[in-house]
Amino acid sequence: MTQNADNVLDHFELFRGPEYQQMLANKQALFENRRDPAEVERIREWTKTPEYREANFAREALTVNPAKACQPLGAVFVAVGFEKTIPFVHGSQGCVAYYRSHFSRHFKEPTSCVSSSMTEDAAVFGGLNNMIDGLANTYSMYKPKMIAVSTTCMAEVIGDDLNAFIKTSKEKGSVPEEFDVPFAHTPAFVGSHITGYDNAMKGVLEHFWDGKARTVPALERVPNESINFLGGFDGYTVGNLREIKRIFDMMGVEYTILGDNSDVWDTPTDGEFRMYDGGTTLEEASNAVHAKATISMQEFCTEKTLPFIANHGHETVAFNHPVGVAGTDRFLMEVARITGKEIPEELTKERGRLVDAIADSSAHIHGKKFAIYGDPDMCLGLAAFLLELGAEPTHVLATNGNKAWAQKMQELFDSSPFGANCHVYPGKDLWHMRSLLFTEPVDFLIGNTYGKYLDRDTGTPLIRIGFPIFDRHHHHRRPVWGYQGGMNVLITILDKIFDTIDLNTNVPGKTDYSFDIIR
Amino acid sequence: MSVSQTESIEDIKARNKALIAEVLEIYPEKTAKRRAKHINVHESGKSDCGVKSNLKSVPGVMTIRGCAYAGSKGVVWGPIKDMIHISHGPVGCGQYSWAARRNYYIGTTGIDTFVTLQYTSDFQEKDIVFGGDKKLHKIIDEIQELFPLNNGISIQSECPIGLIGDDIEAVSKVKSKEYGGKTIVPVRCEGFRGVSQSLGHHIANDAIRDWIFDKLPADQPPRFESTPYDVAIIGDYNIGGDAWSSRILLEEMGLRVIAQWSGDGTLAELEATPKAKLNVLHCYRSMNYISRHMEEKYGIPWCEYNFFGPSKIAESLRKIAGFFDDKIKEAAERVIAKYQPLMDAVIAKYRPRLEGKTVMLYVGGLRPRHVIGAYEDLGMEVVGTGYEFAHNDDYQRTAQHYVKDGTIIYDDVTGYEFEKFVEKVQPDLVGSGIKEKYVFQKMGVPFRQMHSWDYSGPYHGYDGFAIFARDMDMAINAPVWKMAQAPWKVVPKPTLLAAE
Ligand code: SF4
Ligand code: SF4
Repeated sequence: MTQNADNVLDHFELFRGPEYQQMLANKQALFENRRDPAEVERIREWTKTPEYREANFAREALTVNPAKACQPLGAVFVAVGFEKTIPFVHGSQGCVAYYRSHFSRHFKEPTSCVSSSMTEDAAVFGGLNNMIDGLANTYSMYKPKMIAVSTTCMAEVIGDDLNAFIKTSKEKGSVPEEFDVPFAHTPAFVGSHITGYDNAMKGVLEHFWDGKARTVPALERVPNESINFLGGFDGYTVGNLREIKRIFDMMGVEYTILGDNSDVWDTPTDGEFRMYDGGTTLEEASNAVHAKATISMQEFCTEKTLPFIANHGHETVAFNHPVGVAGTDRFLMEVARITGKEIPEELTKERGRLVDAIADSSAHIHGKKFAIYGDPDMCLGLAAFLLELGAEPTHVLATNGNKAWAQKMQELFDSSPFGANCHVYPGKDLWHMRSLLFTEPVDFLIGNTYGKYLDRDTGTPLIRIGFPIFDRHHHHRRPVWGYQGGMNVLITILDKIFDTIDLNTNVPGKTDYSFDIIR
Repeated sequence: MSVSQTESIEDIKARNKALIAEVLEIYPEKTAKRRAKHINVHESGKSDCGVKSNLKSVPGVMTIRGCAYAGSKGVVWGPIKDMIHISHGPVGCGQYSWAARRNYYIGTTGIDTFVTLQYTSDFQEKDIVFGGDKKLHKIIDEIQELFPLNNGISIQSECPIGLIGDDIEAVSKVKSKEYGGKTIVPVRCEGFRGVSQSLGHHIANDAIRDWIFDKLPADQPPRFESTPYDVAIIGDYNIGGDAWSSRILLEEMGLRVIAQWSGDGTLAELEATPKAKLNVLHCYRSMNYISRHMEEKYGIPWCEYNFFGPSKIAESLRKIAGFFDDKIKEAAERVIAKYQPLMDAVIAKYRPRLEGKTVMLYVGGLRPRHVIGAYEDLGMEVVGTGYEFAHNDDYQRTAQHYVKDGTIIYDDVTGYEFEKFVEKVQPDLVGSGIKEKYVFQKMGVPFRQMHSWDYSGPYHGYDGFAIFARDMDMAINAPVWKMAQAPWKVVPKPTLLAAE
């Protein structure tokens, strides 16, 4: 018997015991009809070859292990960033269970979101009644200040009209006439979660700025000194938004963070469950129309929102998830230019500290090859940082990256001698990445939790940066933006580099001459 | 923390009834009426729990339920390891359920085993407009080329498939023929069908019947010699290794497990199951359909069992042995005796730390009743329980064999109701899912995820019970719960409900 009460064995030890090993071997031999191990080995080796890569890249229909999710996820991300706002996803309810689980697994926080629970009859007759009842229930139960509506595939395929449905619901008294119900159609068969962010953010701003679905006059813009800030879909939103606020406060900038979900996904354990916490107030969302400029931290998350804002007379500036020295420099200088505020000495010092850290450590990163995958803007930001560390972002892949993104990435490669042998892969998935890592190996892989399968299969150590991170805790609390964020990214990369060297040099009497204690 | 020990059963019932009435007040009238039918205080001696079930969720209330796709791909089909399961439709559903259920398996992932890969047809607008059948043809070709060691393919329909009129059955037939009779199974588990995961289980069961059993060639030689002791484990998804810590007991009592449905299962095992002498059924809710079918068609009896906690395990081992000869019956007694010292040690260690603690549960279709015995083995008491997607037969089993007088029962509970029940009843532990976990932990209530075992497990079998006991102790007696209140904010606790 393997198990014992004094030292309870977990799954990772229990099943290694001889009884279990024997049992599993018997199961396999007698009942599973397994393939010949030699054949398995042959195919495994074949998947590592250039021939396999060619066939793999010739795929036209099948997607395997994509690095993207669907639009409504992005809409939920936006909605929870507004004061006392509940996301309401119109369509079938299973999707909502998935979004909530997905965010909770990443942030280790509750995520509140409701569904209109459409079923087969709604597929035939449309989901109007679900909307009418749903809004009424949500309103009376959860006492929100705003309900932000988006859609699942189902509602999109049958063509439900949110604007009309919400209007009718209000007429039927589901929520008061003047109650804020912004909406966005978020078809999952177009774009990805970043498209959903874009549509939902635009939906909220349109609602407040353009006359609340023609129920009140559109707002008249009276430019002021404030700026708006859009973070984009961001797994580090908790740490990043707090860092951005710190920086803006240091500079004395007047600002509005649009969609500030940094509190609702970082609530304390103190005996009280806060379904709502923090968030951009509805008043701030309205007043944001008066800002002199709007900054988007992620261009590809705001492809429609930024032009919409520009149409309202704002200057708009877009970044690509800046990470590191030059990216942060550009960001701060733009903020300084727009607001006329100076970059304070303290930030200059922080910059100097990051440069100092890079100088101390660059010998360990210089010339190393990396593969990166993730959302388009994050890929750009991380690749730029690697280039300034003297590393090579050899393969950069975004399943939800488009042609414009690929071009931007190519321009970035071309701007640095370290980019000479680097390639960009828009629209590809992690099974493509697997072929890349086998046929053109790199030293490290940067990506989200799913990258651990690539680490296991190809032996490329994974540095976890991205969304979602399910299997490590609390990373989202640390910023990756600002000089301090750059410092966090640098340390994360360095830790993995040193750990990898240690793992490769720890065999006593064989390799441990290099098992150094000073590096 | 618990309030129940000091009250009489009548007090508890009155309190619980008042609590339910209070909670229902939040709803608009129509909704209050609907929800009232799903919540009750259990009266011992009644044949069911007195709640309605398996009905549509109310829109906008924050139901915890999922959908038919989750029931089929996520629960029944996904764990079958040597087949490739295509999430057919847009990218989301497959992405969120990718490797999320901890169905353990042995195999070379991506080569001859495919459980933790996310295969999707990633529908784009043109697929919605022009239909996805052509794409599906091509997907199957590409799978055959790049994953040649797969033993079969299933097509798990997401919402749009049934709405745009695709004929995945026709595609499956054509492609199966093209690939020499390959097993290709179309599953109509679109998320809008039914009211929860439950219909997805049923549809998935039926697909196995129609596209695997009914296609078995009558003259196919058996892969192994039958014995009188061949059984199949049905409805164990091997979460954290549950099926393994169950299988070992059945084998130790002299039975031979010829198939696992579906955790760590293979197509060959599904195909062999009609040869079993007995089907032993753990998750009744998700696999009773196929068990009944095999009984009717192949004359295989089935027997429900419960491998949570030593009392239920011993009862179940004897029940299963009852279907066989004395040799097996004696061996079952030997197995029970063999593990007795381990169980005694586990209980001696943990029961004193858990005695009298109260639990509220809300899980899927089986565990809200099945785990009660394991808690009772540790001296704990379940004071509230409910199911996401049970049917009335589940509530009958719950009432007749599991819950105590006065237990609060809540079917398809809403986020609001669950919070309020826990806030007022103040259990020492809540067991539910990931969406609920952090809500209750914020409230300072210890919590264990009872779908994924909170990334622990196995919880089935004797070996699993040791882990279960350790985990419950760890949750309840973690020092962190004493720190939830800042010392300068601590106010003397009111005497809870009595004071209200
Ligand atoms: S892809 Fe469609 S059906 Fe699937 S989770 Fe997203 S919205 Fe829901
Ligand atoms: S045990 Fe419950 S949660 Fe698990 S598969 Fe069965 S019904 Fe679902």
